[in-house]
Amino acid sequence: MATVAEPDTKADLDSFREEARAFLAENFPPELRGKNNLLSSVEEAGEESPAEKAWRVAMGEKGWGTPTWPKEYGGGGLTKKQARILEEEMAKVGAWNPIGGMGVMMLGPTLLEFASEEQKHEHIPPICKGEIRWCQGYSEPNAGSDLANLQTMAEDKGDHYLVNGQKTWTSGGQWADKCFCLVRTSRADKHKGISFLLIDMHAPGVEVKPIKMISGMSPFCETFFTDVSVPKENLVGEEGQGWTIGKRLLQHERTNLSGGGALAALNSQPLGKVAEHYIGLDDDGKLADAELRVKIVDFEMRWNAFLLTARRAMEESKAAGGVSDISSILKKAGTKLGQERAELMIEIMGLRGLGWEGEGFEQKELDGTRAWLFGKATTIYGGSTEIQNNIIAKRILGMLDHQ
Amino acid sequence: MAVLNDEQEMLRDMAREWTKNEHPVDAWRKVRDAGQPFDADAWGAMAEMGWAGIIIPEEHGGSDFGWLSLGLVIEELGKSLAASPLVASALAASAIVLGGSEEQKAEFLPRLAAGELIGTLAFDEGPRHTGLNASTSVHDGRLTGTKAFVHEASRAGLFVVLAQDGVYLVEKGKGISVSKRMLADMRDHAEIDFNDAPAQKLAAGGDDLAQKILDRARVLTAAEMLGMCQAVFDTTLDYLKQRVQFNQVLSSFQALQHRMADLYTEIELTRSAVEAGLQAIDSGFAVSEAATLAKARANDTLHLVSKEGIQLHGGIGMTDEYSVGFYLKRARVLEAAWGSSSHLRDAYARMKSY
Repeated sequence: MATVAEPDTKADLDSFREEARAFLAENFPPELRGKNNLLSSVEEAGEESPAEKAWRVAMGEKGWGTPTWPKEYGGGGLTKKQARILEEEMAKVGAWNPIGGMGVMMLGPTLLEFASEEQKHEHIPPICKGEIRWCQGYSEPNAGSDLANLQTMAEDKGDHYLVNGQKTWTSGGQWADKCFCLVRTSRADKHKGISFLLIDMHAPGVEVKPIKMISGMSPFCETFFTDVSVPKENLVGEEGQGWTIGKRLLQHERTNLSGGGALAALNSQPLGKVAEHYIGLDDDGKLADAELRVKIVDFEMRWNAFLLTARRAMEESKAAGGVSDISSILKKAGTKLGQERAELMIEIMGLRGLGWEGEGFEQKELDGTRAWLFGKATTIYGGSTEIQNNIIAKRILGMLDHQ
Repeated sequence: MAVLNDEQEMLRDMAREWTKNEHPVDAWRKVRDAGQPFDADAWGAMAEMGWAGIIIPEEHGGSDFGWLSLGLVIEELGKSLAASPLVASALAASAIVLGGSEEQKAEFLPRLAAGELIGTLAFDEGPRHTGLNASTSVHDGRLTGTKAFVHEASRAGLFVVLAQDGVYLVEKGKGISVSKRMLADMRDHAEIDFNDAPAQKLAAGGDDLAQKILDRARVLTAAEMLGMCQAVFDTTLDYLKQRVQFNQVLSSFQALQHRMADLYTEIELTRSAVEAGLQAIDSGFAVSEAATLAKARANDTLHLVSKEGIQLHGGIGMTDEYSVGFYLKRARVLEAAWGSSSHLRDAYARMKSY
C-alpha cells in the first residue's frame, strides 16, 4: 500500500483512533508506563527486559515506531494527522516509542532520499523494527569542525572497497551493528572526494575502543578500520556525493539535537522548586538566597523563551513546508541553556550536586553530576557553537567576505 | 514570525509599506526638530487606516482584530521610531473595554477608535515602576494625586488613572495641570497633577483590572521594542556589509559575525516571547506570566542590541546624523516603562511561588 492521501476525513481519523486504542490496549505492557529513557541509545547498551522487548517487537511489526515512513519499507504509512492521533493515544496511556537511535533520527530519512531501491529494502525495515543499531562515522582526529578534511580511505578493489583509517567520537560505537561512514574515495578534491558508505561493525578489521570521558562514562568511541572489505553495494548515492548526502544527514541530526543538552530539563522540575527544596524560602516567601533567586528566575525566563521559539520553529516550518530560518539558532541556544541549567543545579545543591558515587547522595543528585559533565559535549558535537555561528552569519545573515 | 491569518498578514504588510514609504525614521527626525510630540497628519493617516480601533469591538467603531494584529502594527512603527499616541491610546481603550460600563464604552470607545480622542495611562507616581501601588485618592468623584512621566500626555484628552481603590477615567479639563518632562528620547512625557479632578470609576473590570491593563501595557511596549531591536540589527548588518577597513568589508570578520549571530539569536528568542504575549491576551490564558516574560526579554535584548548597535557602527553611530543613537535613547525610556528587568524578574518569581 502506498501512503494514504491527505486530508483524512473525520470518519477515517475516528476509526484510526479506535484502531490505535485497541492496538495499545493489546500490546503496551502497563508496567512500562512512563519508563522511557530518551538518552539510552547514546549512553548505555540498555539491557532489554522481556516486556520492553515485546513492546519493541509489537511496535516494530506494526511500523508505528516510524509512523510516517512508507509501508513498503516497514514504516507505518500513516498520514501526519494519523501520526498525531497515535501520539495522543500513546500519551494517554503513558506509552512511548521504543524504536529510536541514529537509524531512525538520521540515517533512515537520508536513505529514503538518496538510497537505491535495493538499499532501502535492505536497510530500512530493520531500522523500523529496531533490530539494528547504527552509529555515525564522521569525525576523525584531524577532522572535527573541519569535517571535510577526513582521511579515512576507501580504495576501489573492483567488487569491493578496502577501507583504512580512524574515526573518533563514534557515539555508541561499542554497541553498534553498523556504521554510516564518510570516507575518501579520491584525494583529488577535498569535498568531491568524499563518499557515503555503510560499513558492518562486525566485519574483520573493525576495532572499537571506548573513550573514557570526564563524566566517567564512555558514550563515544574511537573506531579503527584496518583493511576492512566493504561490498560496493553499500555505497549510497554516487562516488563523490558523500559530502552532499552527509550534510543532509547533519540537518536531521541538528533538528534532533536542537533541545541538545537541554533534553533532560524537559521532563524535570522547574529550578525554582528544586531550589525551594535545597535552600528554603524566607518569611516573605522568597528563596533564602537573594542572588541565586535572581539567577534562577532569569534562567527560567530565558528557558521559556527558548521553548516558545522551538514551538514557533515547528509551526513556521509546518506552515512554510520547509525548514524555517530560526531552526538554525535552536541548537546553539538550547545547548547553551542546557549547560547553564546544569551549572545552576550545582549551585543550588551545593556539594550534594557534585556527588560522584556511593553513600550520602540521592540517585538524582549523582545523575546530575554526570549529566553536568556529559552536557559539556552538547556545544561541541553536531557542529560546535562556533560552527553554528558561522552558519548563521553566512547563510542566514549573508555576512560574506565580499559583499 | 508567528503563523498569521490572511487578515493579519494584510495588516502587517500595510503597516510595513506605510512605515517604510511614508514614515521612515527621518520622519521622526523632522518631528523632533520641529519640537512636536508627533506628526498630526501621520496620526490622522493611522486613524484613517483603522489602527486606533484594532482592539476595540465593532459595535463601538473598532475592527476587533485582536492583540496579535495590533502588535504587528506596533512592531512596524517601532522599527522607524514613529512618534504616535497609538500605543498609549490603545491601552486607554483596552482599559475601557475591560472595565467600562456600557455608557462609558459608548461615550469614549468610538472616539478613541476614530483617533479623535487620545487616551493614555497614568499609573506610576515616581521615576521607576514599583508595582500597582498608588497614593492617588478619590473622594466624592474627585481625584487628587500626582502622576509621573505620563506618556503622550500633552495631546491626551482622556487619562486612565490608577488610584488607591481602583482605576478611574479623568477627562482633560478642570483640576488637571500638565508639566512637560523632557527625556533623552525627546518624546512626549509629562508630570500630571490632578487636584479634585472629576473622575468616574471603571467599575466593571473586577479586582484585577489594573493588573490586566498593566499586562497589556507590558506586551504592547514589548512589541514596540521588538521592532526597535529588529531595526537596529538590520541597520547594523547593512553597515557591516558596506564599511571597508583593512581592504575588507567588516562583515567578513569572524569576531563581528559571531556577535551578530548572537544578537540574531537573542532577537528571535525575544520575538517568540513577545508574540506569545500578544497571543496570550487574545486567548486569555496565563496573560500576566506571558506579559512579564515578553517585557523582560524585550528589555534585556533591546538593551544589548542598542549598545552593540552603537559599538558596531563605531564613532559614526554616535552622531546625531545616524539613527542608531535615537534607538539607544528611546530604548532606555521603554526599558523603564511598566517594569525594569529586575522588577519583572521579581514579579515572575513571585508568580512561581519562590
